[in-house]
Amino acid sequence: MTEVTEPALTIDALGKKCPIPIIMLAAQINHVPLNAVVSVLADDPAAYTDVPAWCRLKSHRHVGSYELPEGGWAIHVRRNY
Amino acid sequence: MYFDAASSEPLHPQAREALLAAIDVGWADPARLYNQARRAHLLLEQARTEVAEALGARADEVSFTSSGTQAVHLGVLGTLHGRRRAGRHLVTSAVEHSSVLHAAGVHERDGGTVEAVGVSLTGRVEIDRFAEAVARPGTALACLQTANHEVGTLQPVAQAAAACRANGVPLLVDAAQTAGRVPVPSGWSVLTASAHKWGGPAGVGVLAVRKGTRFRSFLPEDEREHRRVPGFENVPGIVAAAAALRAMAAEAAQEQARLSELVAKIRETVPKIVPDVEVIGEPVERAPHIVTFSCLYVDGEALLTELDKAGFAVSSGSSCTASSLRPSHVLEAMGVLTHGNVRVSLPRGTSAAEVDRFLAVLPDLVHRIREDAGVA
Repeated sequence: MTEVTEPALTIDALGKKCPIPIIMLAAQINHVPLNAVVSVLADDPAAYTDVPAWCRLKSHRHVGSYELPEGGWAIHVRRNY
Repeated sequence: MYFDAASSEPLHPQAREALLAAIDVGWADPARLYNQARRAHLLLEQARTEVAEALGARADEVSFTSSGTQAVHLGVLGTLHGRRRAGRHLVTSAVEHSSVLHAAGVHERDGGTVEAVGVSLTGRVEIDRFAEAVARPGTALACLQTANHEVGTLQPVAQAAAACRANGVPLLVDAAQTAGRVPVPSGWSVLTASAHKWGGPAGVGVLAVRKGTRFRSFLPEDEREHRRVPGFENVPGIVAAAAALRAMAAEAAQEQARLSELVAKIRETVPKIVPDVEVIGEPVERAPHIVTFSCLYVDGEALLTELDKAGFAVSSGSSCTASSLRPSHVLEAMGVLTHGNVRVSLPRGTSAAEVDRFLAVLPDLVHRIREDAGVA
């Protein structure tokens, strides 16, 4: 079974340089219920590496990164606690 | 406080002395047949013998280049050219110096194939995958660094060399970060290094090609340096490079162990005094002088600027500090935080007090930058 959860929250960090997308994610992850998914839209190449690295450091789950047609990614993060 | 030895080690006093002396006596063309030329030739060959000995090579295997980058370019492309009949596949790790990856890019554009083998979270190449890649038919060359230039992680060169030997594939070892600091691992077919990283002057690199390794320069023919490197040798620079290497290697066992303890202290202390920090790279199997960490929510450029104002020269792999606007390919390949990144690399003679001063100013600087970003 493929595990695609509709994001409960989308953070638009397009055009924002790292670490701003990560700062936005950290500020808003607790706005969604446990086990819900936050989607970070970002086009700074650093975000592609840094969002999953943040998840590892903060024990949240990086669900996947999906390319956006207009460039950048939707990076899905599941709130673990 | 200069903490960027991995970019360039300050000129060793003995190199300075040798350079000044050699400028006066070593200026003539070492290929000519008169007194001044013989003197230059003698200096050059003496330096070659010394460098060869320090790196575990034979003198006739060593050629001098104009930089470490040029040594890598010539080494990679020259070996691929020499091995054209064996195949056109090149294997590297994903975290090699950009000079290796750019040479690989040229090879690819020229119709060759390249496989960049991934690394662990600590930056160590996945050696089983490396060995598999090397075993692939048509592999002409494999490249592996001794230690990573950004995070200090030592690479399993001995295992890579065994895999290469078993498959009859030459191994280029890039020793730029460790030459003069730790002994060069054996098993290389081609060895590259850079003098200004061991306290020599800029403008001197080393390309050693093991006897029996097929090598053919891809550049227009030139008789200098065993036909491996074109152009008139920088004799004074080479003499100074040899003096620095001799001096550095003579004190390496003691001095590098001392620096390694200072690095260990930074590795242990930073996460205790700065919240939300990731110390990166192998904790034990690492180069003695390099430590890297990333601070969450911190702009790397801002941190470098603040550290500079506080009198500390360090480097960073964060994208905002690079001209490319991309984060370092090393940090990307490792999958570690790329923002807020700081690389501290200690030159010889760094004192414990200097490291303590760094550790004393760091927490406040990070806190202030986070506060400005609304995080702290």
